[in-house]
Amino acid sequence: MAVPSIGDRLLLDRRDFPTFLASLHSAGYRIVGPTVRDGAIVYGDIAAETDLPIGWTERQNAGTYRLERRGDEALFGYVVGPHSWKKYLFPSHERLWTAARDGDSFTVTPEPTPERPLAFLGVRACELAALRITDKVFMGGIPDPSYSARRHKILRVAVQCGQAGGTCFCVSMGTGPGVTSDYDLSLTEILSEGRHEFLVAVGTELGASVLASVPTRRATAEDDQVAAAIVSRTAASMGRSMDPTGLRDLLLSQPNHPRWDQVAKRCLSCTNCTMACPTCFCHTTEEVPSLDAEKTERWRRWDSCFNLEFTKLHTTPVRASSSSRYRQWLTHKLGSWHDQFGSSGCVGCGRCITWCPVAIDITEEVAALRVPPASPPAEGGPR
Amino acid sequence: MARRSRLAVWKFASCDGCQLSLLDCEDELLAVADALDIANFREASSAVVDGPYDLSLVEGSITTPEDAARIREVRAQSRTLVTIGACATAGGIQALRNFGSVEEFQRVVYARPDFIATLATSTAIRDHVPVDFELRGCPISKAQLLEVVSAFLTKRAPNVPTESVCVECKRRGNVCVVVARGTPCLGPVTQTGCGALCPAYHRGCYGCFGPMDSPNTDSLIRNMGYLKVPPEEIRRVFRTYNAGAPAFRAAGDSVGGG
Repeated sequence: MAVPSIGDRLLLDRRDFPTFLASLHSAGYRIVGPTVRDGAIVYGDIAAETDLPIGWTERQNAGTYRLERRGDEALFGYVVGPHSWKKYLFPSHERLWTAARDGDSFTVTPEPTPERPLAFLGVRACELAALRITDKVFMGGIPDPSYSARRHKILRVAVQCGQAGGTCFCVSMGTGPGVTSDYDLSLTEILSEGRHEFLVAVGTELGASVLASVPTRRATAEDDQVAAAIVSRTAASMGRSMDPTGLRDLLLSQPNHPRWDQVAKRCLSCTNCTMACPTCFCHTTEEVPSLDAEKTERWRRWDSCFNLEFTKLHTTPVRASSSSRYRQWLTHKLGSWHDQFGSSGCVGCGRCITWCPVAIDITEEVAALRVPPASPPAEGGPR
Repeated sequence: MARRSRLAVWKFASCDGCQLSLLDCEDELLAVADALDIANFREASSAVVDGPYDLSLVEGSITTPEDAARIREVRAQSRTLVTIGACATAGGIQALRNFGSVEEFQRVVYARPDFIATLATSTAIRDHVPVDFELRGCPISKAQLLEVVSAFLTKRAPNVPTESVCVECKRRGNVCVVVARGTPCLGPVTQTGCGALCPAYHRGCYGCFGPMDSPNTDSLIRNMGYLKVPPEEIRRVFRTYNAGAPAFRAAGDSVGGG
């Protein structure tokens, strides 16, 4: 058995995968990863390898997702589902603190930070890019206590994609499908001609340490080529593409493009795109007082720029039309995000396309916005 | 100590389910009774204290001439009037009569239609008197009811979101039934409050909380067409507990057939 260290490339036999999971458990990790639930591959607790979507894949297109059986027993033979890892670092509902009256004063009790460290199993390249973005959002300035407490405890077991989904466009956004950085371990599932192994790249000491008790052997140059070929094949079969050239300037220069009104005729303002997006971080905080007003709790919950109430200042929404809300989302995501966080807010995972109930496709909208309006837009913008 | 606020609970045309939500509070009921003087709540007690009342919760819709007069008396005795449930806020399931002929129903159903004194429509309370706050749902959510009571006691606006069911559905981690199953669902045009209960059990949303604040029913209807839902069924999904809510009424009317 090899003693792993950073930079090593090792082979892990499929039959030893349970040993790998056991090693993560015995290192104290709660493993979360892909599992089949309610007709989709979602992220949930992985107690044993039988919780993984063995032999499952999915077919994705704008507004549709269907689970399908694969012809093999792949563990990671799917793309990305409706959930993203943000739910573990930035939970959808979260109590931040509790305050109670204490005579003439009051005491504030912060919410205890959780629990066991998490091992993220099966993080895709686009999702690592999303993590880099949410790290900047929540820890770039004054660190968000809850996000950073969770974030500092995770172990990232990445997986290079062996196939592309119908709504994937990570190649356009330069985020995948190959995993190049920000991982503790990176797996490539090799499944061919009776061979079922994982090529494991060791990214950190932490990654090396959890592999120490797992049987592996050194990978050869040939194994590396096989893994590289898998990634190239995936890169060549993206379901969507989006020309990223000059996107920021394009978006910021088109506040009156007629396309905003056209997309608003379809947009439901339901927020599904932003909830499914791995980088959308908007939230609201609310007080939940007890009836006797002796105690109050502050909660944070996911919110969305598509919600009318989210744009309310005093009593009036500043973005009353759904075209102005869609424009806000896209212009921020692909445009002003660069100014705010130094990158695009889109990682090309395709979730907003797949999980839009009316099949609005961000790549199609961007392509339409690239076409200059036929006639000068009416004054006042799309209201 | 200041006088405790007096609470009254009123019933119009309804099934009583929303009033029961108050009794269902169980754990919180003692706190409610501590905070408020429950002065008039016949479902709970026959001991009735005369008005005026600080907070009136009104359940049910207006379906008879007597009730149309009675709601004015209730309003006159109530400092704050909150309507609770789909009947009070949209006319309820009984608003289906608004789409038919009440005379004809009377002839078919009753041996002596001349005994029946009823209006041709079932309408929301706000169509008759000014309403301070409308709490949606069929039935209402107990948590939202407590929030409204709590907001009343501390003189603040209730925190009752008007966004779509989808927001809560996604927060809950449900898999979208429209996208993953092709199941028609009113979630995108319906106000949240139920906790996305039906989609959590793989059913489409039935719209129990009525239209959300900016419902794009046209787009949803087009999409139901893509899902091969026949027009008469699309019409029916909008004509249930909130059939009388303007946005759902218009959506049902906009669909051909049936």
